[in-house]
Amino acid sequence: MRNTGTLKVTTPSDREIKMVRVFDAPRSMVFDAFTKCELLKRWFGPHGFSLSVCEGQFRPGGWWRFVVRGPDGSEMGMRGAIREWSAPERLVHVETFDDYPGEALVTTTFVEERGKTTVTITLLYESKEIRDAVVQSGMEHGAAESYDRLNEYLADASPTVAKA
Amino acid sequence: MNLASPHLDAAFAALADPTRRAIVARLALGEATVMELAQPFDMSQPAISKHLKVLENAGLISRGRDAQRRPCRLEPQVLADASGWLDHYRDVWERNFRRLDALLEEMKGEAKKKSTPRRSPKKD
Repeated sequence: MRNTGTLKVTTPSDREIKMVRVFDAPRSMVFDAFTKCELLKRWFGPHGFSLSVCEGQFRPGGWWRFVVRGPDGSEMGMRGAIREWSAPERLVHVETFDDYPGEALVTTTFVEERGKTTVTITLLYESKEIRDAVVQSGMEHGAAESYDRLNEYLADASPTVAKA
Repeated sequence: MNLASPHLDAAFAALADPTRRAIVARLALGEATVMELAQPFDMSQPAISKHLKVLENAGLISRGRDAQRRPCRLEPQVLADASGWLDHYRDVWERNFRRLDALLEEMKGEAKKKSTPRRSPKKD
């Protein structure tokens, strides 16, 4: 259908996670979708969580606060302190979670080419341990899902593994 | 992450058993003693201990030093590797971004609608 989609996730270093994704839309539109609450609420929310609270001052030196609510009613709060704001090209913020330790320096760039926008998000954590802990915490919220996937994997695994 | 590591083989083998998966799921909520673990499973403590030994050898759990209680806790890293956290992370975000794709399509449609009558007012 179009030359977009397919997210690439890599770990350029022990402390980083990098995501690259192409969207079939002009940069200003994608930038808005990343920085306006009424738009963020339409798509942002990991593991079946939805964005129940979105507030902040989206501008240089500003901040934001999100609360995501899961299907079971559990909530997770996170906040960002905006360090750099160059609309619609580049955003830098420091992200923290209410319930988890550590913080991440998040750099998001928006590059437009022939009407398509490449978004690159780099999350830099203070240490490998913190990066892994944050990812792990996120995974706990989707634990049931993880175990389902694990079960699927194990169901398909070789008989020697299944017997063990 | 190295999917070919012997450590992961041991982890997958350990997790092939439904009781051990249930133990891991219980420990995901927090550490527990053998007695606490044995209760919901309706199993004897020695039977549970055997399962714990397998999980411990696979590096999936560790046990406290307190000689009396020896609480078990999950070693998240191995489990994360075992379930391929990077793939999982990617899946989660890709699902988000597909919703964003749909939203952007809608936004493009609306932008067109708004600009069309202005550019060709005679159409209305």
